[in-house]
Amino acid sequence: MSVLLIVEHNNKEIKSFTLNAITASSQIDTDVHALLIGKNCSDVAKSLSEISLVKKVLHVEADHYENFLAENFAPLVVKISKNYSHVVSSANTFGKNLMPRIAALLDTSQVSDITKVISPDRFLRPIYAGNAFATVKSTDTKKCVTIRPTSFEPCEVSGGSAPIEKIEPTEEFTSSKFIKREEVKSDRPELGTARIVISGGRGMQSGDNFKLISDIADKLNAAIGASRAAVDAGYISNEHQVGQTGKVVVPDLYIAVGISGAIQHLAGMKESKIIVAINKDGEAPIFSVADYGLEADLFEALPQFLEELNKLNTIQK
Amino acid sequence: MKILVAVKRVIDYNVQIRVKEDGSGIVTDNVKMSTNPPDDNAIEEAVKIKESGKATEVVAVTVGEEKAQETVRKALAVGADRGIHIKAEGIVEPLAVAKILQKIIEKEKPDLVFMGKQAIDDDCNQTGQMLSALLNWPQATFASKIEIKDKKLEVIREIDEGLETIEVNLPAIVTCDLRLNEPRYASLPNIMKAKKKPIEQMSALDLGVDTTPRVQLIKVEEPPTRKAGIKVSSVAELVQKLKNEAKVI
Ligand SMILES: Cc1cc2nc3c(=O)[nH]c(=O)nc-3n(C[C@H](O)[C@H](O)[C@H](O)COP(=O)(O)OP(=O)(O)OC[C@H]3O[C@@H](n4cnc5c(N)ncnc54)[C@H](O)[C@@H]3O)c2cc1C
Ligand SMILES: Nc1ncnc2c1ncn2[C@@H]1O[C@H](COP(=O)(O)O)[C@@H](O)[C@H]1O
Repeated sequence: MSVLLIVEHNNKEIKSFTLNAITASSQIDTDVHALLIGKNCSDVAKSLSEISLVKKVLHVEADHYENFLAENFAPLVVKISKNYSHVVSSANTFGKNLMPRIAALLDTSQVSDITKVISPDRFLRPIYAGNAFATVKSTDTKKCVTIRPTSFEPCEVSGGSAPIEKIEPTEEFTSSKFIKREEVKSDRPELGTARIVISGGRGMQSGDNFKLISDIADKLNAAIGASRAAVDAGYISNEHQVGQTGKVVVPDLYIAVGISGAIQHLAGMKESKIIVAINKDGEAPIFSVADYGLEADLFEALPQFLEELNKLNTIQK
Repeated sequence: MKILVAVKRVIDYNVQIRVKEDGSGIVTDNVKMSTNPPDDNAIEEAVKIKESGKATEVVAVTVGEEKAQETVRKALAVGADRGIHIKAEGIVEPLAVAKILQKIIEKEKPDLVFMGKQAIDDDCNQTGQMLSALLNWPQATFASKIEIKDKKLEVIREIDEGLETIEVNLPAIVTCDLRLNEPRYASLPNIMKAKKKPIEQMSALDLGVDTTPRVQLIKVEEPPTRKAGIKVSSVAELVQKLKNEAKVI
C-alpha cells in the first residue's frame, strides 16, 4: 500500500520539515503521495511534483483551507485515506494539531514523534522527554504517524516529475474561525534547521541582555533559542523555546548560555553534535552533556566570545 | 456554564526516570507521582473562570488505576466541585481516553473542556484533538491565552511560527500550555474541604470502552549516553577548540 504525506506549507512554499517527513515516508513505503491542501497554492504543487521521492501529488484548494485549520483538513484526509496504509506528517505544531484529529476519525491509535522507521509497522519513539526510547508496533490496519523532523534528513527537492491530481474539497467546519497569525520575521536561519544554535536562559536576566546572544548569532549565522524560563519571564518570544514542550533541535553546534540543563530542556537539544555550556555554576547539570564547558559569568564571557570570533575571519555568512 | 477538566496522573516531572532492566517499561514503584503539569494549568483556568462568575461548575475527570483518584482529589483541593474517576489498568492510549471522555461528556454535557496539551510520560500530544474529532467539536490546542466572549472563545495558540489567534464556538475543547496561567497551590483548609467533595467512580468497561492498547510496546531502552566532555579554562580556549578540534565554526 501507499503512504499519504500531508504537506505543510504557507500557500507559497513547502515548509522545510515536510522534506524530512517525505524521507521518513519513503522509508515506510516507496509509493509516497503528497497531499497538498490550501488556497492558491499551485506553486507548491509544482515544487512537490519535482521531488523525486514523491510519486503523486494530490492537490485540493478552497477558501476554507487557507489557514490550515485541523477541523477543515481532517475530514478531507479521512475521505481520501482509504487507498493508503499510512498517513504521515511532521511532529511540529502543524502535525501535532492535525494528525490526532485524523487518527480518531479513522479509529486508529496514532504513533507520535517517531525517530526511526524500523519496519512499516514498527517505530522507535522517545518517551519521558527523551529519557527513554520505546520500540512500538502498531496493530491498526491504517497507521497515523508523526515524525520527528530532526531525526530524518530532508529529501532532495529535484529529479522528479510526479503527476498532479486535483481533488474535490470537503465542506467547511464553521464553528472554528482563524483570526490572525503573528509570525516573527527574521533573517536568521530557522531554529529547527540551523547549523548553529545559541540559546539563553534565565541567567540572561532580561530581554535586553539577549543582545549579547544576538550579536554572536549574527556573527555565526546561528539561530537563537531559549529555555522555557527565559520565555516565561518574557525575555524572548515563545517560538524560540527549545525542549520537551518547545522545539527539538539537532544542530552541529549548540551553545547554552545561562541555562541550568533541566531534563525538559535537554529533551530538545541533547542530540546536538557539539554542545557548549556557559554557566557560572560549575555544578549545573548542563555540564554533564556539554562537550565543552566554560564555568564563567556570561556577562564577561559573551563579549569576549564575540571578540574572539571577530578575530577569526573564516566564518561564512 | 459547566467546565470539564481532564487530569492525568504521571511520574513527577522532577523525577529522573529509570528504565526497567527487562526493557518492559519504566520503573514506577516508589516513584513520586503528580498531576501532569499542564493539567494543573487546565484546572486553574477552569477555576478562574468559575471565580469570575462565568461558570457554575467545574468537574475534574481522570482515567487510570485506583491511585489516579489522588489527582482528582488535588483538582478538588484547588477548586473543582466534583470528580469522576474512570478506573482502568495499565497503559490507556489517548484514543481510548478520548473515547471514555466522549462518553462522560455525552452524559455531563459541559460547555467547555480543558485538558493539558501533552502528557509528560507518553509525550503523545493527542488526546484533546482526538476527543474533539469524536465529538465533532472545535479544538483550540496549545492555548496560552483564553477569553470568553458570549458563546464563543477567543484563544491565542502557541505555534512554531509564533502565535495564532482563533475563535471557536462553544462547546469546544481547549488544550493548555504551561504559559496559560500560574497554577495555585492548595491551601490546607481547602485540602480538608476537598476530602468531602464527591468523586464518582466507574470503570471503562461500564462505559463500554475497550482500552486494550492498539500500539504494542515491544521494548523500552535507555537513550545512548553522551560521552563526558571537558571544561575549558577561557573563552579563547573555547573558540580555539571549536575551530580546530570540533571544527564547527
Ligand atoms: C512539563 C514541563 C515542561 C517543560 N518544558 C520545557 C521546555 O520545553 N524547555 C525548557 O527549557 N524548559 C522546560 N521546562 C522547564 C524546566 O524544568 C526548567 O525550569 C527550565 O528549563 C529552566 O530554565 P533555565 O535553565 O533558563 O533557568 P534556571 O534553571 O533558573 O537556570 C539558570 C542558570 O543560569 C545560570 N546563571 C545565572 N546567572 C548567570 C551568569 N551571570 N553567568 C552564567 N550563568 C548564570 C545559573 O547558574 C543557572 O544554572 C518544563 C517544565 C515542565 C514542568
Ligand atoms: N488517563 C487520562 N486521564 C485523564 N486525562 C488524560 C489522560 N490521558 C491524557 N489525558 C488528558 O489529555 C492530555 C494530553 O495527553 P496526551 O495526549 O497523552 O499527551 C493530558 O494533558 C490530559 O489532560
